[in-house]
Amino acid sequence: MLHPVTTVTSMDSSLPAVATAGAAPLSPGQLRELYSLMAAVRHLDTAAVAWQRQGIIPGYAPELGQEAAQVGSAYALDTTLDFAFPTYREMGVARTMGVDMVAYMSTHKATWHGGMYDPVASRLAPIQAVVAGSVLHAVGWAHGQTLGGGHGVALSYFGDGASSQGDVHEAMNFAAVMKAPVVFFVQNNGWAISVPTERQVAGGSVAARAVGYGIPGIQVDGNDVVAVYRATRDALAHCRAGNGPVVVEAMTYRRGPHSTADDPGRYRSLDEERIDAGEDPLERLRRRLLAEGAADEAFFMAAEQEARAEEEAIRAGIEVLGPRPGNEMFEFVFQETTPALENQATRWREESEHV
Amino acid sequence: MSESTTATLEAAAVAGTRPVRLSMQQALNRALDEILATDPKTVVFGEDCGRLGGVFRITDGLQAKHGESRVFDTPLAESGILGMSVGLAMAGFHPIPEVQFDGFAYPAINQIVCQIARMNYRSRGTLPMPITLRVPSFGGIRAPEHHGESLEALFAHVPGLKVVSPSDPHDAYHLLKYAASRPDPVIFMEPKSRYWQKGDVETSDGGTLTGARVVRPGRHLTLVAWGAMVARCLQVAELAAEDGIDVEVLDLRWLKPIDAEALAASVGKTRRAVVVHEAPLTSGLGAEVAQLITQSCFDTLKAPVERVTGFDVPYPSGDLEDEYIPNIDRILLGIQRVLEYRRG
Repeated sequence: MLHPVTTVTSMDSSLPAVATAGAAPLSPGQLRELYSLMAAVRHLDTAAVAWQRQGIIPGYAPELGQEAAQVGSAYALDTTLDFAFPTYREMGVARTMGVDMVAYMSTHKATWHGGMYDPVASRLAPIQAVVAGSVLHAVGWAHGQTLGGGHGVALSYFGDGASSQGDVHEAMNFAAVMKAPVVFFVQNNGWAISVPTERQVAGGSVAARAVGYGIPGIQVDGNDVVAVYRATRDALAHCRAGNGPVVVEAMTYRRGPHSTADDPGRYRSLDEERIDAGEDPLERLRRRLLAEGAADEAFFMAAEQEARAEEEAIRAGIEVLGPRPGNEMFEFVFQETTPALENQATRWREESEHV
Repeated sequence: MSESTTATLEAAAVAGTRPVRLSMQQALNRALDEILATDPKTVVFGEDCGRLGGVFRITDGLQAKHGESRVFDTPLAESGILGMSVGLAMAGFHPIPEVQFDGFAYPAINQIVCQIARMNYRSRGTLPMPITLRVPSFGGIRAPEHHGESLEALFAHVPGLKVVSPSDPHDAYHLLKYAASRPDPVIFMEPKSRYWQKGDVETSDGGTLTGARVVRPGRHLTLVAWGAMVARCLQVAELAAEDGIDVEVLDLRWLKPIDAEALAASVGKTRRAVVVHEAPLTSGLGAEVAQLITQSCFDTLKAPVERVTGFDVPYPSGDLEDEYIPNIDRILLGIQRVLEYRRG
């Protein structure tokens, strides 16, 4: 069993024993894969900010600094069984899960709220902006696994800011009472737009709240991709074995602005950013790979080239992405449309053709 | 009547050879029982819906019969109940959650408006929300605050939601089964003051389940109502008939989508209309109904459409609710204003 509020790092030898105790450590190939994913995410994330400056997309919410938290957690998913529930800053999760990234990034092109990817096939719920809303969806989906005899686990992503929302409390309480297989994965990135964690989370830890729900909570170094992976893997296994939900709080840092419309200079200094952010998660993994002899400079160079090529392909896809046909405004409101909506669609068509 | 005779009549009723006499509470309970029996993906849940059978006993006996995984109690948190419904629907289930009282839908507004109503749209039709949210609604039972609200205009204003309210046991039985069989979210507003009135339920033949229904044909004026106000309007029609006024009563049933054709047909014939609802006047559905009637019947209307409604006040305490809810006298006066209208 997991124990309440355990803080772990990948160097920690006292990881709590769970159902997967004895699971094979990550192979050098897997460690390299994690780096490649983080490099791809870093590159795309940085590029997306540039796309906004270039007028290719109207806005973007960067996840700079959260690559280890997002890639490490999503890497632990079994996408044949599990389902992830993002907010709007989970690009690294989507990329790691193999989601079509043009379809994912289309939400930032203002093509379609929720993104153009197929959430069912992708095992990733639509992107959404009410940050705690999807936490309850994860619990419902997870309870559906219990009711239907499935073995999937829901992985719910939210941040320290969202943890202030009542829905997070309701979700954790429901899940605990129902022993729903859901991992509450909190990316505590230090900031909810301009408000620092200490003005959001009294006590400094969302994971610590798990005690009150009678469920395990793990606080993990969110910039250590291996630690994040192991904590999430163990939490997923704990849930899959029928032990109920787990809170995993990844302590990380939002190195960029809240969004391309934000100006962090109004609420934090560059010195504060440098000190509080700690070591770059990519640099940490790079150091580790080199120290363990799992990768050489040629590998990093190749990873960088691949990331650049990938970003260019995605950008090309985004640039040619035109607006959706206006009739889709009406088409997706219901499965079975209404006469009033049909009339409005008809009038819209007539009037838009007329002018 | 002997037990065996009752059983025979009951069997005949079930076989559809004659209607069965049920209260709306019994009709809803039976509908849920049959939905659970025929659709293995249905789950019924909410506060006290399990062992207790709900505070209005609508889910009475269902947990014992269908099991705790099909009918269950949730913690006391409406947002949780509705948010969980979204996840269950995403997992392929057909949730029928209950919010215990109308006013307790407010804490769940985020999940209803931002999530349930939009998930089909957000997901481009890949994540339908076949959720039937049962809400014991409207006033008339001298209950505490937040136990007598009429939220239909609020729900009807939200793109992605459908809203229906039955007025009698027959419609309650069939409309609930119908709503639960549809792929879109439906807010099912049960007139709680009518739970215990009995009526004939033709279980085998629901009739037309979409649109409005003429519950009393008439020639001189149309009373448009829904939920608990339908029975009151029928009483009014009887009284008006004594004065030679032949009132048609149109039970709107679906508050979204509203049956504009039925309004046009009825008022096109009677040329006068009064809309009656419990909800506050301003921006109530009466305004929407009046506009639809005006649109289709402007040339033949003999008077502006009148509204007899609750007031723009918070729903009052039990001692004052008879002053608030449209009563027979106020509806008759509304009819009189329409009949006496003279063009200036």
